[in-house]
Amino acid sequence: MNAVYILSGLGIFSLLAEIFSFRKILFPIVLLGLLATAGLLVMDWNTGTSHFSNMLTFDNYAIAFSAGIAVIAFLWFLMSRDYFENNTHVTDHFALVLFSLVGAVFMVSYSNLAMLFLGIEILSISLYIMAGSKMTDLFSNEASFKYFLMGSFATGFLLFGIALVYGVTGSFDLGKINQVITAGSTEFSALLYAGVLLMMVGLAFKISAVPFHFWAPDVYEGSPTVVTAFMSTIVKIAAFAGFFRLFATCFASVSGEWVNVVQVIAVLTLVVSNITAVYQNSVKRMLAFSSIAHAGYLLITLVALNEISASAILYYVLAYAAASLAAFAVLHNVAFENENASAESFNGLSKRNPFHAFAMTVALLSLAGIPPLAGFFAKYYIFTVAFESGYVGIVLLAVVTSLIGIYYYFRIIIAMYLKAPETTTPVAVTTMHNVMLVICLLSTIILGLFPDMIIKLI
Amino acid sequence: MLTTLLILWPLVGAAILLALDARFAKPWALTVSLIELVLTIVTVAQFQPDATTQFVVNYPWVASLGINFYVGIDGISMLLVILTTVLTPLIILSSFKNSYEKHISFYSLILFMEMALVGVFVALDGFLFYIFWEMALIPIYFICLRWGGVNRGAVTLKFFIYTLAGSLVMLVGLIYLYYQTPGEHSFAVEALYAAGQNLPASTQSLIFWAMFLAFAIKMPVFPFHTWQPDTYHTSPTQGTMLLSGIMLKMGIFGVIRWLLPVVPQGVNEWASTAIILSVIGIVYASCLAIVQKDLKRLIAYSSIAHVGLIAAGLFTLNKIGMQGAMIQMISHGIVVVGLWYIIDIIFSRTTTQEIASLGGIRNSAPIFTTVFVVIMLGSVALPLTSGFVGEFLLINSVFQFNNIIGAVAGLTMILGAVYMLRSFQQTMLGEANVRTQNFIDLGLNEKLVLYPIVVMVILIGVYPAPLLKISEAAVNNLHQILTNYQALSQ
Repeated sequence: MNAVYILSGLGIFSLLAEIFSFRKILFPIVLLGLLATAGLLVMDWNTGTSHFSNMLTFDNYAIAFSAGIAVIAFLWFLMSRDYFENNTHVTDHFALVLFSLVGAVFMVSYSNLAMLFLGIEILSISLYIMAGSKMTDLFSNEASFKYFLMGSFATGFLLFGIALVYGVTGSFDLGKINQVITAGSTEFSALLYAGVLLMMVGLAFKISAVPFHFWAPDVYEGSPTVVTAFMSTIVKIAAFAGFFRLFATCFASVSGEWVNVVQVIAVLTLVVSNITAVYQNSVKRMLAFSSIAHAGYLLITLVALNEISASAILYYVLAYAAASLAAFAVLHNVAFENENASAESFNGLSKRNPFHAFAMTVALLSLAGIPPLAGFFAKYYIFTVAFESGYVGIVLLAVVTSLIGIYYYFRIIIAMYLKAPETTTPVAVTTMHNVMLVICLLSTIILGLFPDMIIKLI
Repeated sequence: MLTTLLILWPLVGAAILLALDARFAKPWALTVSLIELVLTIVTVAQFQPDATTQFVVNYPWVASLGINFYVGIDGISMLLVILTTVLTPLIILSSFKNSYEKHISFYSLILFMEMALVGVFVALDGFLFYIFWEMALIPIYFICLRWGGVNRGAVTLKFFIYTLAGSLVMLVGLIYLYYQTPGEHSFAVEALYAAGQNLPASTQSLIFWAMFLAFAIKMPVFPFHTWQPDTYHTSPTQGTMLLSGIMLKMGIFGVIRWLLPVVPQGVNEWASTAIILSVIGIVYASCLAIVQKDLKRLIAYSSIAHVGLIAAGLFTLNKIGMQGAMIQMISHGIVVVGLWYIIDIIFSRTTTQEIASLGGIRNSAPIFTTVFVVIMLGSVALPLTSGFVGEFLLINSVFQFNNIIGAVAGLTMILGAVYMLRSFQQTMLGEANVRTQNFIDLGLNEKLVLYPIVVMVILIGVYPAPLLKISEAAVNNLHQILTNYQALSQ
């Protein structure tokens, strides 16, 4: 719970920074604050306390994901320093990011549907603004507007779903809903299932699963690269953890009724996103589709819902976030001026900046799922989850789509090591970026070698 | 402990190499690989040639998923570890004359590769085996991608996707087996054997194909070989040596350790199919080798033929076939590395590897010619060379399986003689031309690589007993498992 206080406090603090003009020290304070948040969360481990008349529950699931989000946000800040420096309203942007983190923490720790809704809205509203933060850029404006329209549309579905579920069960509380559903009276089931499906549609929008993904590539492409990195890691983690929390606690007992729908969504997501990614020229757009694809792998855990699903999700999102942040950081530096760099702008990167080329290679190999990196174990673990519940077919499909994945990830690796560079100027990088990349790479390797650290947690 | 050391030392060496000055890269890489060879010799000295698995190390790794760092060495692994650690110094030494750009990365990738290869051969945990199996793919991919020849981007990508496709199917098979293990699920080799052998025949067939696909692509067995000629042709010489000298043995080793004893019923069902595919591969690849104009491609196809024979012998499931496969793996590894180096020497002096534009090298390079003759004879399996022992046992086993198939498989010796002798004749004999008339004979460095190979080719041919002795008990044991199972199921 302290985490929520600290994050909100930091947000208000950065709003004040403009007035009292201590902008200079804001950055280190936010970094420290995030580490403190993670630390405090860890201290709450195994307490499982509820707050605000059972609106938020910090069980181990919530703590693990919140702490993960705090650490990833820390890395994200290291990567995005120049984003804040190049903006006119520095402090506003700090506040936006921090408040959206509060929303993210709500989304992983809610035990009441009202909090889920609040969390999603707090997170999304900040993001609508961040997506449009390049005010003079037409695409950034488009991204912001599109995201806003589609986001509100999705929230509408979610709200409608919540209302229907409330109508049936008479409660917003996850525990009570679960009780009513488990007690089971079939007479009002149609309404309940309509509610469940509507909520599913709303959340599928948020995790950009096919066929509710159409906003994602345009929004990811139009937003500034660092904001895209934020959306495809932190937002995705929060949305998926929220999605899973809802369905695993409330609706697990009637999983037979909705599992087919999730299965269709998962299959579509895997197939469509991976195939579309092959045809992308812009690296950012490719990463957008790859992020959709990873949502597909994550959905497998929901299809095969069992006792190790939660830890599979936790491990997967951490592995994915470490690799993904590294890839976005390299893209950010390589394509500094030209936001929509094509694979060609990576040509000869191994000569222009060998360390960046190496970092990108490791990140892409991890995303592609090559041992011994974390991305491999993440996929493997998801396969195990599916096998445990007997879904062999979907594993075979995931294997095929992983192979397609190799094709588009490796295109960049080949460009970096094989093609001649268009310019020979070295890519300039700040020390902070290098530090951030080293942390990402080390965690990718260490998580891959010692997965027990994470998967034993929840 | 020795086993862990054998795996970790090349990795440590590679890490140190990255921190070194570029001048020391070559000597350090050689030193690391020689120390690894010494470690192997120490291991061999302590090794008891019985059927047990020795130097076992077993630590929990991902305990909650039944994955252990479980490694150990039996006779079969021992031979392959010897092959790997003997060839790696030679491969590194063979590159001393080349000046690759960024050669620090080049040598550290080779050492990394050595680590993964040793790991594959000593792993006794299915998951660990898979990790090393895939880890071996990364360095060789980058070696081919960064220092390869024309069109390497597309060729290496095909190679990567092709082999990864096979491995992923194998992974699915392994996970399936894992869930069939009795009691607390485990990836340990014994548990997987128990799980696989208890499966009904139809499931065993499915698992057979899942695993066989991965191994068949790696070897490669016809018709899964299409990645191979291009990749061998495009790779830098050292990459090709690693690929054909050691890496394809991963496939054969995989069949021995992770296929035959795991699903014996499935093997029984499909062994004849595998043999027929292999034999088709032998004839097909030999015929293609005959019409090749490029030396590198010729050897690439001959490699498919040789491996086809090994696979055929292995799937006859009789003892001589298995023992022949063991010895032929060693022999083929040594000979083919020698052949690649000979082609590399020819190319570096004449700037061509096309058979038609060579000739008359013998006149100016007698030592080189002699070395070439010995290694070539090893390749065509002349008696008293290393190739003969293995091929004789293998063809013998295929004959026992079926006379007609045996006769067809025997063609490999005749066709092999045709393409090898012909290419030798056209490159070395005859009139010298502008390119070849000033051919310089072997230098010291090249002698250091080729002389040990020549010695080994002759030594193994004359006195193969010590090598056979190492793996004999383990092979008998494997054969016993298979026959016991057959007896039970009848």
